[in-house]
Amino acid sequence: MAKLIQNRRVATDPWLLLKVGADGAPPPVPDEGDVIVPLSLWQARKDALAVRRGRTGVWLESKDGPEAIAADLGRLPLVAVDFPSIGDGRGYSIARLLRERHGYKGELRAMGAVLKDTLLGMERCGFDSFALREGEDADEAITAFDELADHYQANVVQVLPLFRRRTAAKG
Amino acid sequence: MYTYDEIDQRVVEQRVAQFRDQTRRFLAGKLPEDEYRPLRLRNGLYVQRYAPMLRVAVPYGMLNSKQMRMFAHIARKYDRDYGHFTTRQNIQYNWPKLEDVPDILADLATVQMHAIQTSGNCIRNITADHFGGIAKDEIVDTFVWCEILRQWSTFHPEFNWLPRKFKIAVNGATSDRAATHVHDIGLHAVRADDGAIGFRVVIGGGLGRTPIVGPVINEFLPWQHLLTYLEAALRVYNRYGRRDNLYKARIKILVKERGADAFRKEVEAEWAELKDGPNTLTEEEVQRVEARFTRPAYAKLPGHDATIEKKLAGDTAFRNWHTRNVFPHKVPGYAAVTLSLKQTGVPPGDATSAEMDAVADMADRYSFGELRVSHEQNLILADVRITELPAVWEKAKALGFATPNIGLLTNIVCCPGGDFCSLANAKSIPVAQSIQERFDNLDYLYDIGELDLNISGCMNACGHHHVGHIGILGVDKNGEEWYQIEVGGNQGEVRPGRGASLGKVIGPSFARAEVPDVIEALIRCYLDRRDSDAERFVDVVHRIGHESFKEYVYGKADPKSPRRNRSLASA
Repeated sequence: MAKLIQNRRVATDPWLLLKVGADGAPPPVPDEGDVIVPLSLWQARKDALAVRRGRTGVWLESKDGPEAIAADLGRLPLVAVDFPSIGDGRGYSIARLLRERHGYKGELRAMGAVLKDTLLGMERCGFDSFALREGEDADEAITAFDELADHYQANVVQVLPLFRRRTAAKG
Repeated sequence: MYTYDEIDQRVVEQRVAQFRDQTRRFLAGKLPEDEYRPLRLRNGLYVQRYAPMLRVAVPYGMLNSKQMRMFAHIARKYDRDYGHFTTRQNIQYNWPKLEDVPDILADLATVQMHAIQTSGNCIRNITADHFGGIAKDEIVDTFVWCEILRQWSTFHPEFNWLPRKFKIAVNGATSDRAATHVHDIGLHAVRADDGAIGFRVVIGGGLGRTPIVGPVINEFLPWQHLLTYLEAALRVYNRYGRRDNLYKARIKILVKERGADAFRKEVEAEWAELKDGPNTLTEEEVQRVEARFTRPAYAKLPGHDATIEKKLAGDTAFRNWHTRNVFPHKVPGYAAVTLSLKQTGVPPGDATSAEMDAVADMADRYSFGELRVSHEQNLILADVRITELPAVWEKAKALGFATPNIGLLTNIVCCPGGDFCSLANAKSIPVAQSIQERFDNLDYLYDIGELDLNISGCMNACGHHHVGHIGILGVDKNGEEWYQIEVGGNQGEVRPGRGASLGKVIGPSFARAEVPDVIEALIRCYLDRRDSDAERFVDVVHRIGHESFKEYVYGKADPKSPRRNRSLASA
């Protein structure tokens, strides 16, 4: 099972990730326990899923827009965004839009190609939960958060860009 | 030039430590090659044909003598005693050892330099007009805006994994010396009728295998909104730019496929959400950045000097050099001097460590310790007293940097090509040399007048061949090196009325040995057909079209069988 970092700590993962089968069939959803379902399943059965025992989250592919779940965010305790490869950076924009434009407050999880070297950027775009890629050492990965202390841009963690913080510190 | 504060310094130092760790994990087998690769590229480290290649950033081409001496030190200690200045105003080392690179970066950090984002699918080093800050036609202080953009783009969390590389060019003057129409984003400073400062934003230009002169997406963007507007444009690109095909992934393809108007609407819609947000620039920030730039302490001098006037009248060699390599300065009594790295026999843009040290000494003695790298791969002393020009000329001559060819045919812009680069289809440096040898006669060169000649060893177009008045492209035909010739490209509106344009291929390609003959034939056509010497080569191409040039090269008959009919065979 993939290792999880949540709010900068190594954590155990209560969530079961469900994927569409190779034949395109929707995955069976257990009656109990916390599950993360694909967007297509959520869109087809959201009302039924919302009232099952156990929590239901949704995961997006990098091609999906955050607009697809914008209206549902109030009842989603977790949204995950998949990174199919380290080079596919669409998830960073999706995360910022979920946080900054759609006001999402729940757990925002990065999954897929999530490794030490992507954590800092992901966090600054709004992710607070990281399902590390298979084989990644969680204790080593977690040190990434301290690698760079300063960031020039406005982002989800620091809503003011450095140039406004510099000014504030002086004044 | 800009001086780091303690935060800027910490950023580069921590980046060195981070990269050292990434390299350690890679060498220890903990980080797979396919994941280390994009990480090392984000720090300018390629694995090339024969050895790794390290590209070090010279932000917007500006550096000081201390930094130049560090380049020399790195060339001596870690490389084969030379470096290559690039068309992106950076420097490349072709022979470092991978395990040495963290140490090289640590050395660079001691002089406020780095290799951040000099490669990879992220926002690259910002390029600019190499006469920023000193040109008479400057509207804004170009480098201040470049530095603001450098800070904004450094480790941008959202735009570090774009579909493809992303290049921004800034031009702060009336003349476009930064080729803004062939960049992913080109920014052109504009002063509105009411005096307000803003930028004309060009998006989706580029070279490579699909060369496009970029459309204007915003005619006037008030400066306060520069960052929010760029974020909106980058976000549209990050979300919708193609990731399925490497060759269709640049923003120019997105803009082309959607159409400029539809793309503009998308950017505007995104911008409506970001406009006036925290990234809105403030007067205070612009002033803060301005204040961190060292400024030459110019003396109050007369604009003319009788001794120099006399030397200009009496010394032809000095006059030639002055005409070509000295650029007027906005401050009376000063001038900018271009040191040509285009001496025949030396690969364009190359300099040895001894030469770098010598140039650093010249900068200290004659130009307030500052230097620039131009995108034409030359070095510039931007603030020389006109009374010192003869001394600078003598020193430059001794170094072989006084070739009076700036703006002329032999000031060839050239990528490293097949001698070094693993992407190249063909060599480019020997082609440059054979052309320089052919046109070694200065009188002839001066008669030909202004002519940009650019060579790329493959369609990635690092030598910007599409915007050369004459462009040469190395192509591969069944494992053999051939060269395709284009005419009529132009990098931007340096002369009023002749904006950026792309060259057109004249016909079938040539073997390397034939290239100087072909250039000669093109030049003969130009000399025969020009109205006067005031009409440049590129102007004649645009006036009479390509056909006449084709005929001079291939003969009047079918250009598809050049071997039989070429008039140059009898030339």
